[in-house]
Amino acid sequence: MARVRIQTEDFDVGAELASLRAGDLRVGAVCSFVGTVRDTRAITGAAADEIRSMELEHYPGMTEKAIEAMIDEAHQRFDFYEARIIHRIGLLQPADQIVFVAVTSAHRGESFKACEFLMDYLKTQAPFWKKEQTPQGAQWVDARVSDDAALARWGIEANNA
Amino acid sequence: MKIQLRYFASIREDLGLAAEELDCHASNAAGLLAELRARGGAYAQALAEGRPVRVAINQVMARTDTPLSEGAEVGLFPPVTGG
Repeated sequence: MARVRIQTEDFDVGAELASLRAGDLRVGAVCSFVGTVRDTRAITGAAADEIRSMELEHYPGMTEKAIEAMIDEAHQRFDFYEARIIHRIGLLQPADQIVFVAVTSAHRGESFKACEFLMDYLKTQAPFWKKEQTPQGAQWVDARVSDDAALARWGIEANNA
Repeated sequence: MKIQLRYFASIREDLGLAAEELDCHASNAAGLLAELRARGGAYAQALAEGRPVRVAINQVMARTDTPLSEGAEVGLFPPVTGG
């Protein structure tokens, strides 16, 4: 199974986790992260904050290469066995799954760290762009300085936001 | 030198263009951006000095001082927002 998948289709978290560690008796820990489409109105209660849908664009070719390189870098830093990253593109609705990161290791510490590292890396270095449909019209999502700061904790300069 | 330009997200929308070939005189990405801005119109706006523009050369994130080479694929896009 490929380590990196960019797809319009949804994914089944349980099936992905099961296949990632299938037959690998070294594994004692599986850590995963799922990012989903948030409707900010459900948090603030303000009608203007509604997210009606989200369109995800990427840079075909570069995206896969960039994420493969991130997994290679994670292997240099952490002692884990397998990693899998799935990122959806196209039109998504609130509550839809967007991204999946999962890591297997012998003990939990390494997979927790590798999973967080991969997600922090992906947020600022993988070429994806989100456009939200709001009551005010379509808006490209702004990059967050806090995401650059998250990657800086690992000693990597993001230079994104 | 000839390079292949690819535009994404808001920059692609503002230019109304996803890709083009350019006979470029600049030696690095900063020079390339200046050359494109000098075309005026949508280019001056989409790639304006104050706007954050990120650059990838041959599908790898690059800095604006990274040198360009003949036949390079240069991606220009706003800060990324995936995940």
